[in-house]
Amino acid sequence: MRKGSNVVWLVAFCAVLLAPLAVAWADPIEIQLWHAQRGPREETLNKIVDAYNKSQTKFKVVAAHKGSYDETMNAGIAAFRAKKQPHILQVYEVGTQTMMLSGAIYPVVDLMKDTGHKIDWSSYLQPVLSYYVSAKNELQSMPFNSSTPVMYYNKDLFQKAGLDRPPRTWDEVGEYTKKLVASGAKYGMTVAWQTWVMIENYSAIHDIPLATKANGFEGLDTELTINNPMVVNHMNRLKTWLDDKRFVYLEREYKGPEAAFINGDCAILMDSISAIGALKKNVKFNWDAAPLPVEASMANPQNSIIGGASLWVLKGHPKEEYQGVADFLAFMATEDMQILWHKETGYFPITKAAYEKLKAQGYYNQEPLQEVGIKQLMRKDPTPNSRGIRLGSFSQIRDVMNEELEMLWQGKKTAKEALDDAVKRSNELLRQFEKRSKE
Amino acid sequence: MTPSNAATSCCVSSRSAARNDPPPAVFRSSTSGALQENTQDTGKRTGGMEKRAYFSKTRLPYLLILPQTAVILLFFYWPAAQALFQSFLLADPFGQRNQFVWFNNFIRLFQDALYWKAIGITFVFSAATAVLSITTGLLIATMANRALKAKAAIRTLLIMPYAVAPAISGILWLFLFHPSYGVIAHILIHWFHIDWNPILNGTHALILVIVASAWKEISYNFVFFMAGLQSVPKSLIEAAAIDGAGPMRRFWVIIFPLLSPTLFFLMVMNVVYAFFETFGVIHTVTQGGPGGATLTMVYKVYKDGFVGLDLGSSAAQSVILMLVIISLTLLQFKYVEKKVQYV
Repeated sequence: MRKGSNVVWLVAFCAVLLAPLAVAWADPIEIQLWHAQRGPREETLNKIVDAYNKSQTKFKVVAAHKGSYDETMNAGIAAFRAKKQPHILQVYEVGTQTMMLSGAIYPVVDLMKDTGHKIDWSSYLQPVLSYYVSAKNELQSMPFNSSTPVMYYNKDLFQKAGLDRPPRTWDEVGEYTKKLVASGAKYGMTVAWQTWVMIENYSAIHDIPLATKANGFEGLDTELTINNPMVVNHMNRLKTWLDDKRFVYLEREYKGPEAAFINGDCAILMDSISAIGALKKNVKFNWDAAPLPVEASMANPQNSIIGGASLWVLKGHPKEEYQGVADFLAFMATEDMQILWHKETGYFPITKAAYEKLKAQGYYNQEPLQEVGIKQLMRKDPTPNSRGIRLGSFSQIRDVMNEELEMLWQGKKTAKEALDDAVKRSNELLRQFEKRSKE
Repeated sequence: MTPSNAATSCCVSSRSAARNDPPPAVFRSSTSGALQENTQDTGKRTGGMEKRAYFSKTRLPYLLILPQTAVILLFFYWPAAQALFQSFLLADPFGQRNQFVWFNNFIRLFQDALYWKAIGITFVFSAATAVLSITTGLLIATMANRALKAKAAIRTLLIMPYAVAPAISGILWLFLFHPSYGVIAHILIHWFHIDWNPILNGTHALILVIVASAWKEISYNFVFFMAGLQSVPKSLIEAAAIDGAGPMRRFWVIIFPLLSPTLFFLMVMNVVYAFFETFGVIHTVTQGGPGGATLTMVYKVYKDGFVGLDLGSSAAQSVILMLVIISLTLLQFKYVEKKVQYV
């Protein structure tokens, strides 16, 4: 009897000890997420992933950093070819067309439908969503980190030049930068990501097509149209400003331009809203952000377009795993997660609800800088010219545009020649992509 | 396998192969020495005549070279064959659709003015890098050889840059020469009033990547020249000195000809280096810009293949690169080696 009760106790004791292990042994299904976020952005992403993993026990999302955007996309492609692809792959906006035609994706709209998530897509920020929809207006990938360019200006240098507000039109930019240089600023303005800001966004804001076939949304036989008079004039103007130091070209990306703004060499910087964090940390003078300038003829400017990346779901996994993928994507889109993401990284929230809630909380009264971009993005409903860009080989096309613009800045070509050549070379890339993408 | 892997593996193996090749004289003597025993084992005596050696068992030699063969097949020939195959395809990146297009990728390349430009830049870049690093390496080696005090310490210090990865070397040089924050750029601009701007000026950018690439290779050249210099018989130099030859004359008439095998070897190695291993420098410093001024053939393989995802063209480019480097090395062996004096 006594012995028997000992055994019972022992068994009970072991059961208590092992119980947590038993739960752990019922392995959650792993969902792989490959991304290109680094530093504080990766930390925020990990917070979201952890929150999801703690919210349920069936699935476990594993986020892995795979290097730069190029490297992440290549890692995804190589993995897909080896049939070891992750469930979710973050791809930058220029890879959108390649992903859509890849035959390797599970469109988000279908995924959500198949897994029983009823999502009202109209409650999302349309200018963000519109970049990633198909010709049938169906969402293909989940918008993730989206930003847009704005104009930052050095208030101290403005004051010195007798200027009390940011320029609204490009003509004003010309006058202002002249005064700024005359009053001792080394340069008037500079730009980061010049093709994105000065060509892609310039075209969208002024509602002119960047390419035929609705910027490529309606067919692979699209051709670039950036050699139109408006863009040519704009580039011509920048070139004349370059010659008298009203404008300075520093590099294709952002480091040089941001450094020039931070150290006070440049009074105006046109750059992504994702620069806010770095500027807040490093700038030692008074500064502010304003919408990008527009032409005086443009009374009601269009929305600007986004850059950044989205999350693509890759096909080839068992059905039950996609339930977890869909749950996770839906979890990310919840208000709390979007607010966390927006507050910590500066990237746009993807739902209107999150934006409204932030507004109601008075967040933008404390952080007015954060609202400049979102207002510019939301000021009008997107048109076929401003909903996004859908070009194959887009990354190479940006290179071509950069190269040709550099020719212009070096004085080796006129604006017209440079843009004509950019169109010609890009069209060859587009034809090649078209050939490659047809059966 | 990806085309750029093929390109890299091609360069790696050609480089290591060249390194493993001892000079022919040594090769001959060591081979006959090693096989002498075998000759005696089989009991065949050839007296004073040239000895002929063979393995008695036919399977053993194949077994012995098997590991090396397997490595070469797996890491060189297989990817190279893949690249060759890929170069005839028009493929989408995910491998869902492949079209066999014969020589279309090659034809497209040779019709592309930018590809010719890249070839031109590659040759200028490689020649400049090789000449700069070889001459500097030779100069430093000659001087270090004469240094009396702290010879070992100086030599070790001079070898250090070789341990720096190309990408890091690129970052360091960019840090010095960046027009916005570079220290040396500041001196160039403000003291010498040179309008230095490698970000926008193609020539400046090319100079910067050449200097950064050459700097890294100087140490490598230095080590070989140092070894070469030490094998120059002292007696020859002393005899020349007694005959009244000055240091310059002694160098050009005695030392330099005796260094010619080293020089030749380094020429091959440096050109191979400049062709392939400078990727890291270009990637960190200019990414091929501005306006394609530093877009070398290797960098274009990467850009078209990995960024542009045009795998067919990228593979075709790596095949061309392979042919170029093979013919370049053959040419060097055919014409330059004749002038080399093996002692």
